[in-house]
Amino acid sequence: MDKPVKLACRSVWKLYGPNAEDFLGVKNVMTQKSHSERHLELTGEQIRAAGLIGAVRAANVEIREGEIFVIMGLSGSGKSTLVRCLSRLIEPTAGEVLFEGRDLLSMPERELIEVRRRKMGMVFQQFALLPHLTVLQNVAFPLEVQGAGRAEREARAREVIELVGLKGRESYFPRELSGGQQQRVGIARSLAVEPDLWFLDEPFSALDPLIRREMQDEFLRLQSMLHKTIVFITHDFDEAIRLADRIAIMQDGEIIQTATPEELVLHPATDYVAEFTRHIPRAKILTARSVMAPSVMTATKDRGGPAPGTYAGDVQASDRIEAIAERIEAADAPFRVLEEGEVVGSIDRQAVIDVLVGRGLVGRDPVRRDPVERDPVEPDPLGREGAG
Amino acid sequence: MSLANPDSSPAGPNPARVNLTRFNPMGAPLWLALFAVTWVFSSYGREFSRAIDARWLMKYPAGWRLPFKRDISDAMKWLVEDATFGLFTFKEFTRGIAWLIELPYDFVRAAVIDGFTIGVGSEASQIAPSLSWIAIIAVVVAIGRVAKDWRLAALVGGCFLYLAVFGQWDSAMVTLASVLISVPIGVAGGLLLGIGAYRWPTFDRVLRPILDLMQTVPVFAYLVPILFLFGFGPVSALVATIIYAMPPMVRVTTLALRGVPTEIREFGSMVGCTRRQMMWKILVPSAAPSLMVGVNQVIMLSLNMVIIASMIGAGGLGFEVLSSLRRLDIGAGLEAGIAIVVMAIALDRLSQAFAVRPTPTHDEIESLQQAGLIKRHPWGTTVLAVALVTGLVGLMLPAVQSYPASLTLTTGPFWADLVAFINVNFFDQFEAAKTFMLTWLLLPVKRFLLGIPWPWGIAIVALAGWKFGGWRLGLLAGGLALFIAANGLWDKAMVTLYLCGVSVLIASLIGIPLGVLSAENERANRIVSAVIDTLQTLPSFVYLIPVVMLFRVGDFSAMIAVVLYALAPAVRYAAHGIRGIEPQLIEAGIVSGCTRWQLLRKIKLPLALPEILLGLNQTIMLALSMLVITALVGTRDLGQEVYIALTKADSGRGIIAGLSVAAIAIILDRILAASARNARARLGLAE
Repeated sequence: MDKPVKLACRSVWKLYGPNAEDFLGVKNVMTQKSHSERHLELTGEQIRAAGLIGAVRAANVEIREGEIFVIMGLSGSGKSTLVRCLSRLIEPTAGEVLFEGRDLLSMPERELIEVRRRKMGMVFQQFALLPHLTVLQNVAFPLEVQGAGRAEREARAREVIELVGLKGRESYFPRELSGGQQQRVGIARSLAVEPDLWFLDEPFSALDPLIRREMQDEFLRLQSMLHKTIVFITHDFDEAIRLADRIAIMQDGEIIQTATPEELVLHPATDYVAEFTRHIPRAKILTARSVMAPSVMTATKDRGGPAPGTYAGDVQASDRIEAIAERIEAADAPFRVLEEGEVVGSIDRQAVIDVLVGRGLVGRDPVRRDPVERDPVEPDPLGREGAG
Repeated sequence: MSLANPDSSPAGPNPARVNLTRFNPMGAPLWLALFAVTWVFSSYGREFSRAIDARWLMKYPAGWRLPFKRDISDAMKWLVEDATFGLFTFKEFTRGIAWLIELPYDFVRAAVIDGFTIGVGSEASQIAPSLSWIAIIAVVVAIGRVAKDWRLAALVGGCFLYLAVFGQWDSAMVTLASVLISVPIGVAGGLLLGIGAYRWPTFDRVLRPILDLMQTVPVFAYLVPILFLFGFGPVSALVATIIYAMPPMVRVTTLALRGVPTEIREFGSMVGCTRRQMMWKILVPSAAPSLMVGVNQVIMLSLNMVIIASMIGAGGLGFEVLSSLRRLDIGAGLEAGIAIVVMAIALDRLSQAFAVRPTPTHDEIESLQQAGLIKRHPWGTTVLAVALVTGLVGLMLPAVQSYPASLTLTTGPFWADLVAFINVNFFDQFEAAKTFMLTWLLLPVKRFLLGIPWPWGIAIVALAGWKFGGWRLGLLAGGLALFIAANGLWDKAMVTLYLCGVSVLIASLIGIPLGVLSAENERANRIVSAVIDTLQTLPSFVYLIPVVMLFRVGDFSAMIAVVLYALAPAVRYAAHGIRGIEPQLIEAGIVSGCTRWQLLRKIKLPLALPEILLGLNQTIMLALSMLVITALVGTRDLGQEVYIALTKADSGRGIIAGLSVAAIAIILDRILAASARNARARLGLAE
């Protein structure tokens, strides 16, 4: 059912400090346990006691083809280190990273260069544009490194420059562009080689809020055309839920929960996650599926209005409340919720209003009236990542 | 200490206050006691050692000396006479290098001054003249215009015109030719070594101490072995110049490469750059602006060294100064000195303008690309035309080829008269000042230092090292001091130390207040910076000229020259330290009701202390390097030892004396750096 895994990492560790590798190794011998179990036993105190800094601890991630996977955490949570371990810009202390099933960490340099040239692209927080090259030369640079001919690479560069809406600026230098434009160049450059896997390391964090929003829209537009596999780093939870198919939340080097935005809101694994989700407008995240009543309600007599047994219309189970709120609110009767053509439940005005005003949220079950199982999401598949 | 009066900050820790309460040099009583003991030793050591019949306490016994001097001299001799690499001998190797350097040097010299000839000696016939003086001025004007604007072009054009009009053209062109050769070699060599140090940490670890040593060994010291290997002449001078000017380029290169933002480097990795692509397509171009700073340094150091290297046959302006100083021809010496200043200013402004030159915008580049060849290179074509026309016309009209001698002006007599006038009319005043300083400062310090028994001196040095930087530094400092004693140079080293100490003291007394003043006052800052910038541009040699003229030879003249030369860092670092203080801390002081004086004394100065100490460190380094040059005006210190070795071409003696100066420099540098670190730690400032 799921798409194939593009990039995976298994119990990846990055410890900074003297003899970090020995430290993990020694633990292994002492406990005589399996790979992942052993590492999980290391607590933050033990690592600190050894004089080490645990930038990434026992991270497990599976990124499927075509999804936008967001790694979210505050500064110092290890998200940048993790993404650099995934791309092997930093050598992890332990663990494995599988790219299309091949172990990235044991790959010889020549092969790694080839993979990066053909299959990976990366966008950086501070843009990382080469100051001495024009927009065109910057975008064509990855192709130049591969040894592509001038005409060929410039033609391709012009294409992507047009794609990101910078046509006409080809001969500008980076310093002549605004921040947003510079990051468009960065995006164009990372797309020039048509990568399969696209890393974006806080690409919009250096931009002011208005531009940031515009760039997020632009990013979604591009992704709707390109369908890349994306690893997106951010410290901004709003940005994460806006863009993500799935989010991994990091704290102190550990991934504490990996889930869809909706699951995060409904079932935060820890208080820390709950704290993030508390101020997020529910209507933007929750779908009809998680708010609906599993029974098919119909209009009741005491409310007056339409005849009993009728409903005002249909909505899809995957529709966000934000998108359908107005229609449901305006109608007197409930709506049916459909999934693949079948009726799976219903949703009424009260349910929508509850979501909109944020009644009965975090920590409590958002759908109050319902004693039975009505959530297609399993009770707790999320748990603490890597626990198994 | 109370920063605040009670009503202005009733509660809460005041950020400025937290760290300042323990501002006190640690262990002051210990140092006072040590000083007292040393004083007693210094005053009565001689009698005491005589009384117990232990002369060795005061004078390091000749029998205990290490035979380094002889060994090095022998080794050099062996290198030159017998050493062989199998295929070729060492001598052939040095000749090869000499030939490699001489070839482009001869070409450049022919281009700017000698003209191109075929054949040798009396057979020689000129096939093409050198560039005419008009053409060379046109070149520098064009470079000035391209680098910045017409004002700069006018400045450098004026500088070169000055050289022509005042009859310094020929020597100036010889000097310029040396600079033109040594700069590209120095820059390329420094770049490659710097890249090597960046790429291979092991190489960096090997290179770093060598660079440290090269910066602290006085320039004269490596003139000696070079003279021995390459003989007297321009090639020796060029080799010395290149060796001298390269280290800063190496450092700047590694720093600039390390300074490339991590993201840019990561970008390079992510697009799959090979190591070579990473270096030449990503790192070096991104670091280019910082690298230009290094180029400027190489140019200025080259000029400095080309002047000094006139002692081993560089010729040019330096030789003019040297020979007029020897003849005591005051006017000619000053004139040549001014020509050096003029040239230094022109080169400095040009290369600085290039370093900060704004890169063109896309519009400018596009409009250039559409233009024709001539339009694309307007300055190149103009200069070429001027060179051709003046070259051709010059064949018939000599005045166009070389500036006519009849039109040269000389200011020599004017300067000579001026100096004579000053010396006649203000002799008493100068003499009084000199005597006062000698009696009350220079001589007592000298007597004190020379009186210290050498074992006690070594102990003190080791103790200071241990106290400030731990046992490792203590061992290093003690070992280096022992090295000096063991080579029989203790007394000369003490003279060096005394001259250096007094000069640094005076330079600090003048420089630190100036720095504070210029940090506080914008107008003062402009004036002080202008003066300091110019002082720093001048080759060290130039400082000797006026000093000798006014105060004749001796320790006092040397001290003045050293103070002038070493003043700049004291001013700069003090100003920088005070400007760098967190504004909040100063505001905290103001709201606590500090007066301006309290603000300065209780907040600014303590917080700027680490920077001031670093400035002191730099001042000491500059003072030591200048001290060796002042051997020319008759000091009796390690500099003199090097100078004697130079005149006798005694490699061992020169190198050992040079290393001794380096040892002093390293001891002082490490101890001061450690104490600056301590001060920072005490103030809670990050490293």
